[in-house]
Amino acid sequence: MSTDSAPAVEEPDQPASVAAPPSLTALFVAFARMSLAGFGGVLVFARQAIVEQHRWMTADEFNETFALCHFLPGPNIVNLSMVFGARLRGIAGGVAAFAGLLLPPTLIMTVLAIAYARLGDLEVLRRILAGISCAAVGLLIAVVFRMMTPVLKRMEAVALIPMLGVFLAIGVLRLPLQAVLLVAIPVSVGATFLVRRKVAT
Amino acid sequence: MNAENPVWALISTFGLMSLFAVGGAAAAVPEMQRIAVDVHHWMTDKQFTDAYAIAQLSPGPNVLIVTLIGYAVAGIPGALAATLAMCLPTALVAYYVSRLLNRPSQSRWPALIQAALVPLSIGLMAASALILAQSTDRTIAAVLLTAMVAVIASVSRINPLWLLLAGGLLGFAGIV
Repeated sequence: MSTDSAPAVEEPDQPASVAAPPSLTALFVAFARMSLAGFGGVLVFARQAIVEQHRWMTADEFNETFALCHFLPGPNIVNLSMVFGARLRGIAGGVAAFAGLLLPPTLIMTVLAIAYARLGDLEVLRRILAGISCAAVGLLIAVVFRMMTPVLKRMEAVALIPMLGVFLAIGVLRLPLQAVLLVAIPVSVGATFLVRRKVAT
Repeated sequence: MNAENPVWALISTFGLMSLFAVGGAAAAVPEMQRIAVDVHHWMTDKQFTDAYAIAQLSPGPNVLIVTLIGYAVAGIPGALAATLAMCLPTALVAYYVSRLLNRPSQSRWPALIQAALVPLSIGLMAASALILAQSTDRTIAAVLLTAMVAVIASVSRINPLWLLLAGGLLGFAGIV
């Protein structure tokens, strides 16, 4: 999602560390701006701002940082803000980027929550939200589909079976997430290890 | 868990959930729905899908659906507590792990574990889509709208906001 959506104009090859690290205020403002631009997800805008606009990281550095944050638990983009800010300016930079990413949209969301609590029963609002919900689910299906494409292309049982298993366990059987992951993670890691060892020998 | 103080219940619930939320916020949606609707009865099914719609429509990371859940439980303190509990612990974990990994090493375990987690996170997100679709798509028109948005967003680069607004308009017109 991150790599295919940005225009391929003049991406810097030079590491960003040549330039002076940005100030804490600049980090806060930059993350606040990408967060407020990010309707339906911040990742696309984060990559654009960090790699293309400010040139704080090369495209490869960004991919590596994001991959790390994707494989750690928690909201990816929030993890990314902390890791990224800390790389440039230490823990204070991490906190500045984290606060920039979360503070403005949290305030907006709180205002919306208050509005919903007062007006949520209005018939018109109910109908509008119902329509938006349908579209939002459609967007989620599209993201899942895009992520699934490389897995489906390879057609490896070691990936397809855990994917289908987790989908059935959570989506159809409605088992608790922790229990499912407690079984699925060791099984998937073990299977991947065995398959790769077989390929290597 | 102290069941009498809802703010504490929010903090322990989302703090714990975030540590297991491999694959991001979308993958955690089924668990949020199960906890908020089925376990704690903080919201109705309808309120939860409304919250999901509002979180999608507003700017910022989609994980901020927890802000809305927190507000429904305990007002503004609940909103802030839920947001911080969901975001801060894992951000600190990410900070420490990235410092550890910045030392170059030859281990192939990080890449292997990551490869093993990818199908699980996709499966989780597919489950989110199914669960949300079951509560939103109650009419044929609604199913069609979801399917059309899914197709359009898959094949084009259109800004998602336009598709959400189109859904809102169709809802306003009473079509879905």
